[in-house]
Amino acid sequence: MKPVSSWGRLSADPHYVVPLNDPSKVENLVCRGPQPGVAHGMGRSYGDVCLNSEGTLWITTGLDHFINFDESTGRLVCEAGVLLRDIQRLAIPRGWILPVTPGTQLVTVGGAIANDVHGKNHHVLGSFGDHVQSLTLIRTDGELIHCGLNERNDLFAATVGGMGLTGVITQAEIQLRRVASPWLDTETVPYANLGEFFELADDSEADWEHTVSWIDCITGDGGRGIFMRGNSTNVEFRPEPEGRKLSIPVVPPVSLVNRLSLRPFNMAYYHLKRWQAGPAIMHYQPFFYPLDNLLEWNRMYGPKGFFQYQSVVPREVGQDAVRAMLKEIARSGDGSFLAVLKTFGNRQPVGMLSFPQPGVTLALDFPNHGERTHKLFERLDAIVREAKGRLYPAKDARMPRDLFEAGYLRLNEFMKYRDPGISSGLSRRLMGS
Amino acid sequence: MSNKKKIVIVGATSAIAEHYARLWIEKQPIDLTLVGRDAQRIERVASDLKVRSSESDIRIVQAVFLDPQAINATVESIVKSGRVDVVLIAHGFLPEQADCQDDLETCRKALDVNGISPVIYAEAFAKLMAKANYGTIALIGSVAGDRGRKSNYVYGAAKGLVTRYAQGLQHRFAGTGVKVVLIKPGPTDTPMTAHLKGKGAKLAPVEDVAKQVFEGVKAGKPVIYAPGKWWLIMMIIRHLPAIVFNKVNI
Repeated sequence: MKPVSSWGRLSADPHYVVPLNDPSKVENLVCRGPQPGVAHGMGRSYGDVCLNSEGTLWITTGLDHFINFDESTGRLVCEAGVLLRDIQRLAIPRGWILPVTPGTQLVTVGGAIANDVHGKNHHVLGSFGDHVQSLTLIRTDGELIHCGLNERNDLFAATVGGMGLTGVITQAEIQLRRVASPWLDTETVPYANLGEFFELADDSEADWEHTVSWIDCITGDGGRGIFMRGNSTNVEFRPEPEGRKLSIPVVPPVSLVNRLSLRPFNMAYYHLKRWQAGPAIMHYQPFFYPLDNLLEWNRMYGPKGFFQYQSVVPREVGQDAVRAMLKEIARSGDGSFLAVLKTFGNRQPVGMLSFPQPGVTLALDFPNHGERTHKLFERLDAIVREAKGRLYPAKDARMPRDLFEAGYLRLNEFMKYRDPGISSGLSRRLMGS
Repeated sequence: MSNKKKIVIVGATSAIAEHYARLWIEKQPIDLTLVGRDAQRIERVASDLKVRSSESDIRIVQAVFLDPQAINATVESIVKSGRVDVVLIAHGFLPEQADCQDDLETCRKALDVNGISPVIYAEAFAKLMAKANYGTIALIGSVAGDRGRKSNYVYGAAKGLVTRYAQGLQHRFAGTGVKVVLIKPGPTDTPMTAHLKGKGAKLAPVEDVAKQVFEGVKAGKPVIYAPGKWWLIMMIIRHLPAIVFNKVNI
């Protein structure tokens, strides 16, 4: 048994750790288990979707082999433990890129599918699952199933965004897209309030592939922020940025993100970015993965760890709901530094339990202050529930079951596809087993 | 004949060896020969490397690990197709010490695969590299070979054999065009140590170890501890007087 934490560092419970290194042995290892397990890749999800306290974790990072890449069509076949970083490194010099990528490239393909992750270009290209053609699933009864757009698409829809609960994903076929260079044309635009944010978001959707914004939920009148948008470009022959990596070497005794630090942090960040406003050519790495060069940044929240709270609410009520949430946060005195506000496009996801839906998504981080933090979440939950929104399981460690059920209307349909030999902290909390 | 570097890896499914190969092909297309026992597993490694570097020539050679005649024939056929720049001999397996004590068959297998076999392979390459007066032979030993310890002395003895052999080979080739490099990895996060990881052991990332192997082999260092701190740790362990050493549970 070994203590394992997820990215939020909220717990470090013992797990039986079983590495899956050889695809031909996966069947044996996942069948044999005395108690249910769940696949675990880089452990970058924030809560308990990748944890299974006192149970088994099947570690997939050893399944890190490429199988085939057709440079003429951009079709990539790889094992599920391959990192998105390795795909980008392989593909971009050859003129291809992952169509959708989340805010870190240090995640596995299996994890990206199981959480149906999204990026800054949801309004154009949807989520990760939209680009998966097919995948291989190993169930704990030993069955090996290929599913995808053309075969077993019901099981495929359950598996995309299915949080690893339908079987262990061992292999996937992904359609990459053409890209001319690793650079992007970007523009940084400050906004003064939520109204301006929504105008900017609407205006940008037609002409910009990537849109995202940082929102200052502490200083200012509430709702000011920095809007960033980008398009891939064909600029070439620039020196690539140095991949200098810094690391937070130790866990500080208290969270560095706290009531004292947040105000100056946010004020400084807003003004720095406002000062840098305007167009710029940016390399894809800092644009897509701003935090990847700060290794172990999750340590800055101290020994008790931190929560992420990411919601999506429908567009019609989006502005009011976001405003109400910001107000609650301001009232609580706590706040968030990594606060991201973004609109999702008007498209339905592939997965039965995929998080993205048409509307606006707000992601916030909070150091864990126990009761006080949970009380705040309950108030935020009420706003999300009222707005008919939902929370993102990949980020979650605490949502109440009724909110999950209210947000994910295809849950009953999904349950038919669950693998009874698979269980996670999240599945026990939100699905009862 | 192509001007690509010719790299041979014996035990190509070993995680350190595989990451070593990835480092090579990231830099430049190479002529790579992968030698291993299990065709299906080498095929997996080869397809991956082929995707990473479509310009590299990658060949698979299925081979046995103990029959000297067969090994000689394998090595001769590899060298015949062109002068070898580097051969990395990387195969091995980590037995449970208790199993070696309980079952002499396991004990013997641990000595054969980790000690005898790498030496026979190295000797076969040495013969041909001596003729060409060119090439680098890199052997993967282990920190376990530095001093016998109750927790893994059978494995350690086999690796100790490799250590002593590499020393002799370095002596033999001193001042010639043939270089001999001995790599001593500390506990590394690979499939071979998966059972240790489950118990919570602290293991070095295989990418880091492979990187040190790559740099060290390129520089032709005679001995590489990877990670480097193991040089210091093993120096202390080697020099502990028996009266202290025997009380330590390692």
